[in-house]
Amino acid sequence: MLEVSNLNVYYGQSRILEDVVITVPKGKVTCLLGRNGVGKTTLLKALMGVLKVRSGSISYAGQNITSWLPHKRARAGIAQVPQGRGIFPYLTVAENLELGLEAASARRGQAMEEMYGQFPILSTFARRMAGTLSGGQQQQLALARALISQPKLLLLDEPTEGIQPSIVLEIEELLISLKQRSNLTILLVEQYLDFALAVADYCYVMEHGSIVMRGDPAQITRDQASEYITV
Amino acid sequence: MLAKLVQIITWANFAGFSPLILSRSPVLVTRSSLTDEKEGLTLDELLSQAFNGLSLGSVLLLISLGLAFSFGLMNVINMAHGEFIMVGAYTTYLLQQILAPALGGVSGGLTFLISIPVAFLAAGLLGFLLENTLIRFLYGRPLDTLLATWGVGLVLQQLARTIFGAPNVQVVSPGWLSGGFSPLPGLNLPYKRLFIIGLVLICVAAIYLYLYRSRSGRRMRAVMQNREIAGTLGIATRRVDGITFAIGSGLAGVAGSALTLIGPIGPTLGTNYIVDAFLVVVLGGVGRLPGTILAALLIGVFNTLLELQTSASIGKVLVFVLVIIFLQWKPRGLVALRSR
Repeated sequence: MLEVSNLNVYYGQSRILEDVVITVPKGKVTCLLGRNGVGKTTLLKALMGVLKVRSGSISYAGQNITSWLPHKRARAGIAQVPQGRGIFPYLTVAENLELGLEAASARRGQAMEEMYGQFPILSTFARRMAGTLSGGQQQQLALARALISQPKLLLLDEPTEGIQPSIVLEIEELLISLKQRSNLTILLVEQYLDFALAVADYCYVMEHGSIVMRGDPAQITRDQASEYITV
Repeated sequence: MLAKLVQIITWANFAGFSPLILSRSPVLVTRSSLTDEKEGLTLDELLSQAFNGLSLGSVLLLISLGLAFSFGLMNVINMAHGEFIMVGAYTTYLLQQILAPALGGVSGGLTFLISIPVAFLAAGLLGFLLENTLIRFLYGRPLDTLLATWGVGLVLQQLARTIFGAPNVQVVSPGWLSGGFSPLPGLNLPYKRLFIIGLVLICVAAIYLYLYRSRSGRRMRAVMQNREIAGTLGIATRRVDGITFAIGSGLAGVAGSALTLIGPIGPTLGTNYIVDAFLVVVLGGVGRLPGTILAALLIGVFNTLLELQTSASIGKVLVFVLVIIFLQWKPRGLVALRSR
């Protein structure tokens, strides 16, 4: 589904990503683990087209999308839940959700109903400014906004960050059920090992801008992982 | 930083570098009923002054609406905005020269009504071109934008001088807009003023419907709040920038068309109004349309009242002092939003 080869990304002179190679197979949940500042979010931004790539290539569904603008990638079926949620604080919850449909051809009314069914809290607060929601509610809004376009590839940047444990469990259940009933492909960036291992089919571990470890969740043991992330 | 900018511009005005609408407003403020000394105001004087304030506010609002887009939403300091007003005014003049003979003469008013949307399109198109060829390369560089657009403004002024000549030209107002409405003896509401108030109401309603009820408007608000995220949702942000700037410029054109009702027009028409437009947008709170409306009305009413109590120039000085004090107290303007 997504092939990243020898990707290099710089901020000015500093090299943030060094020859990153990852593969995200169709219909699977691939997880990217690592501490703060190792380049996980930078990689997602490069995949979404928000950051320019110095060298290397990104191929998605058989097409080389390395030079595509973000909106073109979104229309091709890539959606993201960015770090910090990235909701529009001065738009209503309903407007935020409707913006998720910009990239899709789905029927508006039906798609909205579906999302309100999945996230009842959003229906309750539909007319409120999204900026007045709590962190957890904003996270659910960001997730719903990404899912409403029925993407083929979903990029999730630390969906559990700053979220209470009960909602983490809900998100976990949601991701597992999504994986089972649709053939959505997910690239998940996480620091929370238990959550990652529960939903992932395959894991990559990053350190200093490079992939240092890879394998099935069963192969990534706490001992090994603890060298690179806090468990 | 914006409050600072307005202060600098304001002081530059005190020093007499640019004439202001507030001082150029004899047509707005009729003081005839106040020639004799009286204690207090009679009802019709009060109503008359309230109307003058509203009228001045509506002119201020009309010239500020466009800036609320380019400056308020996009944070682009477009010094050529005044020249878009001028373009709108000359478009109206030109249409009258060309079309009036065929459409019932200059005072028939049909050409004037047609010229309002045409001025919107002409100035909007010019704005679209300016955004695409110049301003887009200067995003995030306010000082460069300011200087470059100032240069564009000068070029447009000279162009107008070359085409239409340096002296002011006059657009003949529609016959049905001459005279006024007199609900009370001593209270006269000129039809031209009422027309401008009506035009502002229509513009505000249209902008509201566009921003809050259309998909294109929603996209625009999304891009202005968070460009990066809007892009990743599938919105072509470059196109939205162009459209936003074009709409802002087009509204300046409408203002220019309406200003032909008030007085003669010349190549420097826009420079007289640009400062007040920035003042209104900053006082209202950058990016907040309700703030812009409130600020225009407040400045209009305060200016009229203070002029009445003092003199035209002292009244203007007092308005500026009040605005500066207010911005020291609330730098984000009248209407500021909060979120978690």
